[in-house]
Amino acid sequence: MDSLFESLIEIIRRTSAEIPDDVQRAILAALENEKQDTIAKNAMEIIERNIALAKEKSQPLCQDTGSVLFYVDCPVGYDQMEFADTARAAVTEATTRGFLRQNSVDSLTGKNDGTNIGPGAPTFHFHQTRKANVTVRLVLKGGGCENVGAQYSLPNTKLNANRDLDGCRKVILDAVQQAQGKGCGPGILGVCIGGDRATGYELSKTQFLRNLDDENENAELAALETDIHNTANKLGIGPMGFGGNTTLLGVKIRAANRVPASYFVSVSYMCWAFRRHGAVLNEAGEITEWLY
Amino acid sequence: MKQEKSRSGFIKMTELTTPISEEQIRALKVGESVAISGVVYTGRDAVHKYLHEGGELPEGVNLEGSIIYHCGPVVVKDDAGEWKVTAAGPTTSIREEPYQTDIMKKFGVRGVIGKGGMGPKTLAGCAENGGVYLHAIGGAAQVLAEHIAQVHNVYFLEEFGSPEAIWELEVNQFPAVVTMDSHGRSLHAEVAEASQAVLDENL
Repeated sequence: MDSLFESLIEIIRRTSAEIPDDVQRAILAALENEKQDTIAKNAMEIIERNIALAKEKSQPLCQDTGSVLFYVDCPVGYDQMEFADTARAAVTEATTRGFLRQNSVDSLTGKNDGTNIGPGAPTFHFHQTRKANVTVRLVLKGGGCENVGAQYSLPNTKLNANRDLDGCRKVILDAVQQAQGKGCGPGILGVCIGGDRATGYELSKTQFLRNLDDENENAELAALETDIHNTANKLGIGPMGFGGNTTLLGVKIRAANRVPASYFVSVSYMCWAFRRHGAVLNEAGEITEWLY
Repeated sequence: MKQEKSRSGFIKMTELTTPISEEQIRALKVGESVAISGVVYTGRDAVHKYLHEGGELPEGVNLEGSIIYHCGPVVVKDDAGEWKVTAAGPTTSIREEPYQTDIMKKFGVRGVIGKGGMGPKTLAGCAENGGVYLHAIGGAAQVLAEHIAQVHNVYFLEEFGSPEAIWELEVNQFPAVVTMDSHGRSLHAEVAEASQAVLDENL
């Protein structure tokens, strides 16, 4: 499993230090789109410089290296427990090497033992596939943007939101308005319509695994994504909430079935420092292909 | 918001060196870019709660005229055994809203660096006591770490853990924007109000 250990450290390093290409393109477009001589433009210039510097120095893009979320597709019969043990060891080693901050705190005692290992940390989502290879995707999700996520239960009287797509639109835009400034915008939304409270949030986060340039297979959701993206960018919230043209870099929405009594809309917010990478591993645990 | 430009073409920055006087703070206005130099102290959730509950500052920490930086840096020891900050962007400030004004007043803090802005209590405190909120670029941990020249000391490392400790940092031309001033203006409140009005039209 030595190859797997080293491969996982490399996935962590790359995720922490290098922004994915699709996100970088969106950030460059946002930089172009801000007016000269504004603090919004200046903020985007600093962000662009930060992306280059993090990659060059192989150091964390953002000091909050976040919750460590592994999404693993593996063949039937694959030893998931061994993978998890190796991944935990890789997380601790990556912390020692400075790719991750000492970021995991015992919620009861307040102690941070510096290993980034503990109950629920890191988090694993295993999915079986019929393919022979193992695919590992990693998201490092910072606390600032996680704190501005929101879950709405429809109908919502205050927002005049009913149990339909227009109601979804209203609450999602409310989440953007409430998140302003605090979540390190321009941000990306991952949304799940439906599900129970736990799976709604869970599935909203899987939307961050989608490429920003992809198109939703569901035409109604594709239209809603475009509408929310365009409307949010009219609000004038801008980078860092300084005022400006780019409030969101992307919107990704999926739906899940619900029980008749419940209608949840779960919104996860991702900061501009969108850390997500993934790789395909061969049987020896070596990286054969990068995904983003 | 428009920025003044210097002759070099870059946004004009007001130099701010700690310790800072009340007069210097009162001269700052929302929208102004600043370059901060001198000693600043990191302090976030654990430190604010501790001080607000009556905890004492560790010996060697003097917050008079100083700046608190809402930041949990990544700090490693280099080969020579010296602390080195390798990533240091701001954390979200609003979590310190219940404590900030009282701590600024009690210890003579003149400024706070953070992100996302703070609420009405802190804004009123800034006006009353002569304080200012300085917004750094969230997530720009590498650019900002380059402006940290040296780690002078660390306090509460064992008690609170590395991100929550008080790191005494020497900063050099650290860039930030005044988004809440001592004259009652908050860019955050203004943008929130304006964006809500646009949102209402688009619903």
